[in-house]
Amino acid sequence: MNDSMLMEQLHRLPDYLSAHLLLTIVALAVGVVVCIPLGFLVTRVKALQWPTLSVVGVLQTIPGIALLALMVPLLGMIGFVPALIALSIYSFLPILRNTVTGVLGVDGSIVEAARGIGMTDRQLLFRVELPLALPVIVAGVRTATVWIVGTATLATPVGATSLGNYIFGGLQTQNITAVLVGCISAALLAIILDQIVRLVEVAATRRNFRLGALATLLLLLLFALGIGPSLAERLADNNRKVIIGAKTFTEQYILANLITKLLDEEGIAAESRAGMGSIILFDALASGGVDCYVDYSGTVWANAMKREVVPSRDTLLAEMTDWLRDVKGIRNLGALGFENTYALAVTRETAKKYGLRSISDLSAVAPQLSIGSDYEFFSRPEWSAFKATYRFDFNDHLSIDPALMYSAVSEGETDVITAFSTDGRIIDYDLVLLTDDRQVFPPYDAVLLVSETAADNEPLLSALQSLVNGISDQQMQVANKIVDVDGFSVDSAATYLLHQLEGD
Amino acid sequence: MNEGATNNPAEIELVEVSKRFGAASEPAVDRLSLSVGAGEFLVLLGESGCGKTTTLKMINRLLEPSSGEIRISGADILQEDPVLLRRRIGYVVQGIGLFPHLTVGENVGIVPTLMGWEQNKIRRRVDELLELMGLTPAEFIDRDTAELSGGQQQRVGVARALAGRPRIMLMDEPFGALDPLTRDKLQFEFKQLQRQLKLTVVMVTHDMMEAVLLADRIAVMRDGRLVEVGEPAALMRAAQEDYTDALLSAPKEQAEQLSRLMHGGGSDE
Repeated sequence: MNDSMLMEQLHRLPDYLSAHLLLTIVALAVGVVVCIPLGFLVTRVKALQWPTLSVVGVLQTIPGIALLALMVPLLGMIGFVPALIALSIYSFLPILRNTVTGVLGVDGSIVEAARGIGMTDRQLLFRVELPLALPVIVAGVRTATVWIVGTATLATPVGATSLGNYIFGGLQTQNITAVLVGCISAALLAIILDQIVRLVEVAATRRNFRLGALATLLLLLLFALGIGPSLAERLADNNRKVIIGAKTFTEQYILANLITKLLDEEGIAAESRAGMGSIILFDALASGGVDCYVDYSGTVWANAMKREVVPSRDTLLAEMTDWLRDVKGIRNLGALGFENTYALAVTRETAKKYGLRSISDLSAVAPQLSIGSDYEFFSRPEWSAFKATYRFDFNDHLSIDPALMYSAVSEGETDVITAFSTDGRIIDYDLVLLTDDRQVFPPYDAVLLVSETAADNEPLLSALQSLVNGISDQQMQVANKIVDVDGFSVDSAATYLLHQLEGD
Repeated sequence: MNEGATNNPAEIELVEVSKRFGAASEPAVDRLSLSVGAGEFLVLLGESGCGKTTTLKMINRLLEPSSGEIRISGADILQEDPVLLRRRIGYVVQGIGLFPHLTVGENVGIVPTLMGWEQNKIRRRVDELLELMGLTPAEFIDRDTAELSGGQQQRVGVARALAGRPRIMLMDEPFGALDPLTRDKLQFEFKQLQRQLKLTVVMVTHDMMEAVLLADRIAVMRDGRLVEVGEPAALMRAAQEDYTDALLSAPKEQAEQLSRLMHGGGSDE
């Protein structure tokens, strides 16, 4: 970690922080506006109390990331709105529960006296119950604040910018600086917001209006900080920026960054939404929430088109392109020139020792060898197809973390691994990829997909054109290695690819 | 039931009033008829659960009777807006129920505030009431209620109940939580005040001594029914019912013991 790496991360901080602030404060406001009245209602209508608290309690047990992901298909959109709704729901329980506790905690003789001297229901609520319950209610808001600041970092995979962009991106690209900047900023934000809400709590307990006004002012200031940049941006250019999506692994981060750079050179404003879930991203492209991203033909074939029989590479590409256009309105601009598929990899010594060049060469020796793969491979259709087609199996099967399997094979802990063909560590450990001579693995050609609206944007299409057939397997491996093995930033890997593109 | 009442016209009349809570088989109040004259101090006396508090709360409609009729100044209270009804009836409870988030002055002025009086008028009324209750306005008006002693709090409670110039005061064991010295003093002062302002008071208590000392008439209740109504002296001398006799025997014996002790010149009890 050095200063320039830190500076590179910090210059994104205003964007991420303001988006995070906006998300947090609006979600908190929704929680307050919904739950305080609801809390009072269920203290009045006792029959509602148990069901309401139960439902809210159950919602709370849904893991944050699942609740966020669930909002995308439910609402049919990505970004701020689904993230906001999920986070608001997350704030419900503490606010609602404390409101109910606070109201029920008001001394019965005080409520009776209030009625007895002739207060209306409204006066009882606003003059007695609300002020007396306020400290307990605000304590609930405080709990919700800390929860929301933390959970908002999980909004990245549904396409909402937040401090989570640092964390998700950093973890995938092994950039510790980014992860730390994300975690520390989120923690600081949680502490600051918590202290401001604590001010409200103290003000409510001591009935100090000046302190309450100060705290409110601070909250409004933060809200302005949150809304400021996006508002300024909207005022600055009326044209919507082109949104570039990316899934959650290094290669995708690099490609999104590369596309943004390419468009930038042509004067087209673009921003990347990296770290999105695979299916969320595809749906977002179909609905126009994302304008452009790189997917893989085999993935679209199996996941989106739900097809099982794998035809030849060209047929698959052609059918996929038609299906995307006709069914989803998505335009395939073409293959990038590399593929990221499952590939059997061995060390150079193993390859020499047994004379291995293709998978078929393994058939004689496989019964003495072990194979290592990620957690899901042995239960995937590719593995059944592999055994059925090549008609051999290995002596031992090892499930290991994808990040560790490359070192495992190079250190002899296993003989063969199912590598991802563009992984940079293949170069680093000098591994040999065996040819899939009987074509068991479906082709996973990287393809450049754009949304229906983006397909009408001529300058955008021509800017993207240079990518088609522009990146080789080897170039992509090097770019991935720059990040995963050499520890440089995604930005530098994208710059490398850009030079390669323009050098041609 | 009106025999032995004061000569004044009836201010509060309960006619065959019953109250049942939910599906309970026994009514909490059972066909109770009673009238309270204007300016009269009536004590509802009985053991816990006899229905005396329920009866009191029906008078300002904190509870609604299941059957029967309640009239104030001749008008059926069920025809009246309960909020407006309560604002012209003072209400003091044992828990006092001062609002802890309001100052002494704001507590006393709450009813005039709810009635929309203008600030100056409220302020004058608050000063006047604090003065009346023996609390120097300058010293007490901005204090937190939590800083006051029990006796001072109940004085504020009474001042609050008087703020809207009610003719009727309903009191539920108002002095029950006070230490004996404070209680005696406040009882005495309140009796004076009641006479001075000609208040019609209905007070609930289980304290026989308090009933005997304060009441113009005592209404004895048991199991939701009215057992007997009469002036304290008459009831002490010759109760019609054995239950009344048993209930009032305690203060009688205490008084006799006390007088023996004093004449014997014994302890300083």
